[in-house]
Amino acid sequence: MEDYSYLKVKGRIFDIQRYSIHDGIGIRTIVFLKGCALRCRWCCNPESQSFETETMVLAGRSRVYGREVTVGEVMQTVRRDMPYYSRSKGGLTLSGGESLLQPEFAAALLQAGKALGVNTAMESMGYAKYETIEKIMPYLDTYLMDIKHMDPMKHKEWCGKENTLMVENARRIAESGQVHLIIRVPVVPGFNDTKEELLAIARYADSLPGVDEIDILPYHNFAEDKYKGLGRDYPMGDAKRPSMEQMEGFRDMISQNTGLYCQIGG
Amino acid sequence: MRAFDSTPVAKTERITRLVADLFAKMPEIEAARAELITESFKETEGLPIVTRKAIAFRHILNGLPIVIRPGELIVGSTTLAPRGCQTYPEFSYEWLEAEFDTVEHRSSDPFYISEETKQRLRKVNPYWKGKTTSELARSYMAPETLRAMDHNFFTPGNYYYNGVGHVNVHYDRVIYEGLEGIMAQTAKELSNVKFCDPNYGDKRRFLEAVIISCQAVIDYAHRYADLAEKEAASQTDSKRKEELLKIAKTCRHVPEHPARTFEEGLQAFWFVQQTIQIESSGHSISPGRFDQYMYPLYEKDTDAGILTREYAQELIDCVWVKLNDLNKCRDAGSAEGFAGYSLFQNLIVGGQTKDGRDATNDLSFMCLDATKHVFLPQPSISIRVWNGSAKELLIRAAEVTRTGIGFPAYYNDEIIIPSMENRGIPIEDARNYAIIGCVEPHVPGKEDGWHDAAFFNMCRPLEMVFTNGIDNGEVASIQTGDISSITSYEEFKAAYKKQMDYNIALLVNADNAIDRAHAERCPLPFESCLIDDCISKGIPLQQGGAHYNFTGPQGFGIANVCDSLYTVKKLVFEDKRFTLSELAKAIEMNYGQGFDEITAKEAAMQVVKTLESRGENVTSDVVENVIRSVMTMELPAEEKKHYEDIRNAIIDLPKYGNDIDEVDSIAREVAYYYTKPLPDYKNPRGGIFQAGLYPVSANVPLGAQTGATADGRLAHMPVADGVSPTSGYDLHGPTASCNSVARLDHADASNGTLFNMKIHPTAMSTEKDLEDFISLVRGFFDQKGMHMQFNVVDRQTLLDAQAHPEKYAGLVVRVAGYSALFTTLSKSLQDDIIRRTEQGLYR
Repeated sequence: MEDYSYLKVKGRIFDIQRYSIHDGIGIRTIVFLKGCALRCRWCCNPESQSFETETMVLAGRSRVYGREVTVGEVMQTVRRDMPYYSRSKGGLTLSGGESLLQPEFAAALLQAGKALGVNTAMESMGYAKYETIEKIMPYLDTYLMDIKHMDPMKHKEWCGKENTLMVENARRIAESGQVHLIIRVPVVPGFNDTKEELLAIARYADSLPGVDEIDILPYHNFAEDKYKGLGRDYPMGDAKRPSMEQMEGFRDMISQNTGLYCQIGG
Repeated sequence: MRAFDSTPVAKTERITRLVADLFAKMPEIEAARAELITESFKETEGLPIVTRKAIAFRHILNGLPIVIRPGELIVGSTTLAPRGCQTYPEFSYEWLEAEFDTVEHRSSDPFYISEETKQRLRKVNPYWKGKTTSELARSYMAPETLRAMDHNFFTPGNYYYNGVGHVNVHYDRVIYEGLEGIMAQTAKELSNVKFCDPNYGDKRRFLEAVIISCQAVIDYAHRYADLAEKEAASQTDSKRKEELLKIAKTCRHVPEHPARTFEEGLQAFWFVQQTIQIESSGHSISPGRFDQYMYPLYEKDTDAGILTREYAQELIDCVWVKLNDLNKCRDAGSAEGFAGYSLFQNLIVGGQTKDGRDATNDLSFMCLDATKHVFLPQPSISIRVWNGSAKELLIRAAEVTRTGIGFPAYYNDEIIIPSMENRGIPIEDARNYAIIGCVEPHVPGKEDGWHDAAFFNMCRPLEMVFTNGIDNGEVASIQTGDISSITSYEEFKAAYKKQMDYNIALLVNADNAIDRAHAERCPLPFESCLIDDCISKGIPLQQGGAHYNFTGPQGFGIANVCDSLYTVKKLVFEDKRFTLSELAKAIEMNYGQGFDEITAKEAAMQVVKTLESRGENVTSDVVENVIRSVMTMELPAEEKKHYEDIRNAIIDLPKYGNDIDEVDSIAREVAYYYTKPLPDYKNPRGGIFQAGLYPVSANVPLGAQTGATADGRLAHMPVADGVSPTSGYDLHGPTASCNSVARLDHADASNGTLFNMKIHPTAMSTEKDLEDFISLVRGFFDQKGMHMQFNVVDRQTLLDAQAHPEKYAGLVVRVAGYSALFTTLSKSLQDDIIRRTEQGLYR
């Protein structure tokens, strides 16, 4: 008899978003896991950061973020969009927070996705021991990995932690050849929005075996209300969003100087 | 058929000019047709009606002023001014006279009318008193039916005041056999009518009328040939002179003879399309599978090297412009229900051939491109999707959708074909279906579907459950008992079903009365000869001549009724939060949100009736006072809060449109209350009724006649459109809405269902987005959804267009089964479109 015990694994999520088409191939359902190791100043999901359940007020209505669920419960929602995954080759994406902070839960969710026969993806910074990541990779098709900066100190200043572990994990994941690794870079004003800093990331990504794509994502301030809704100050103040021209300039520069396919958004 | 070439062809300068000229002025009402038909009818009194109709048609086509607009390649205009309209007093005329002074300034579809035209119409209209189809229809209706119409349970306004239309005729026969072929067949039938045939007289008169009518259309084409020659003679531009001479040659040849070239085929198509509308006044005369019946000529000419793809595209674009040159003025009420100057000329590409192969060809792409080129509301372009559809065609369709024009609408062969077979249509005919008007499947050249036969507001019978059949102080429906006597959810549903059954029967009564009136007063010989089997049976379309006959009235408000039933099930009977009587009171009091003028007047009428029943004399002053006191009435704070609490509890309940089985299964049941009883009823043409589930744009005006509902909707707000979830109640994105809608039994609504979805432009920007968009449509269709249409425009743009209409004259949005210019819609309909959920996509 097959073992379905993974369906009973419990974890904490704060949202499930359907018809996501900008995070991996095809039509996808994103499961947002709660809790993060970093505290990036520009984070657009501040409700994801704390592992604790919290209340956020948006547009006058307050809602509780964070609930305990089993993998089986999550999959009841995920499986409802099967016809769309089948048509689009899409599937399940884990996001957060940092999914790797709930490694058994993340692995069980991806295993369940594979059992459904759909494509699986995970957005993650790789903030965990490589052994943890290794246990997840058999169930993962696409790893969407953030590399925000190559300088450990600047990374620590803006994100709360140094980048050493994550950068090293990126190489080991790439070398394993087990997943399709795509590097994503948030372009954040005052943090990494210079040609030199972005090119450093792109060159590193280019050096990783099997990596052929890098996505650059412009900072936006849509989350400002969320910070207010959580009773927090918005750390980015009135920082300006990078213009389309600026982003296109970065894209062209990366395309010209590396062998990577570079796209804005993704 | 050869492999398709999907390469796009650029739009020409000519098309830009033709479109600009079309919209140079406000559309205008002209009097010529009304005068001509009246003259003719005065001269033919005493003759059989079908003969009179043919003679009048001939008289109109001989006398109507004609014009060739600058730069046109396809000619034939019903009015001198672009986008103008003629009037049709034989169906009804009183409404127009009543609106003479307001029609220019009304909110939906205004028309300019000159003082001279008013004078001319005033002169001829009185002839029609007592002779119109609407008057005869009314006399055939049961008193209970008239009462139900007065109380807005349904409105058959469309065919009550106008011609029927709603057909897809044999364009192919005119193109490939010529009218001479049809006349030859008619002459043969004529000589075959047996002396002893009990219907000898009727048959002969009808067949003779067909020949008169066909000849009239040929003569009309010759008038254009003459005019083109005359204009060519005085034309100094040698290129235009050549074009005019070619037009003359074409109009001399078609539609009388079979078309020899693609260009002649298009002109033949156009004369049919135009003259049917002159004859019938109906709308939704739908070109149908244009890419299929035009293809043989296109293939022949391109193979022979006498037609380039560039010129073929320009000609198709010209036809698209002509489809926007036709117009129709409806009464103010209907204009709101069909807002946007739309004639609903549905044209569909792709799908399958009769033998079940993919039908995609070059023209399928060129038709979609033509819509991009002219960027106008006509034709209502649609696409058939099946499991073997060419992916390139679907992507091209998505590119058109992305422009925000609201086209094409997507139809699912895999559910429509079986649903038609279930109504007795053989598979070859079902595979050949086209769409009429908004969303109605139809067998080309063989059917009189009476699609769009009435709007039935499914919320009104629900109101009657709460009021025990009382509306505005009087009995308006069957009485199902005082609301306090209902003790279970099952009993509540049974009462609703009784209310539905009763009013559906009255709807049938209304439609059949109107059907009979058209049969008696408006047999249309020209339209009839283009539909099988009118000629071989010797019977006009309006009297049952078609091979397939249906009547298809449409219900709407499923989402509101579903969510209301769930309120009753969950909050009243399961959770016992409040009683049915409390809920009834909260609804009556509009959830404590105060009364607008409509409600105040309704409430005042009840008070007045009570006073009168006590024998008191009620003056207009008293009525005024009552209305004023109702409107300014302030509820005690506690009572107001009680009603608001009830409404908040309702709003917090799960709703239809969120992929929740428990709720969606109620929606399925609610749809059955409407779709199941209808096929048991027959129409006078020998066919059955079949249900549609779509509202055109009537969910707004008919919502304005509906009190608060138990789903938390306030009085007079729009009801939900089609099978779509209530605006703002679907919170889990497009796939969740699709899954909910797919849970209805679309096959049972074989007259069509309509699912509106609004998509933000950011979800359709990249190539990947378009592929995912197509996967969304396909995923919905895999689950037996029937139809989908999209508005791709952001809220901000619509709000800005509302504030600055001058900047957005060309902004086309999807209304219901069709698209319209946003700025020409009434404020309330604009608001409704803005409210429809924008399916936001990213966090």
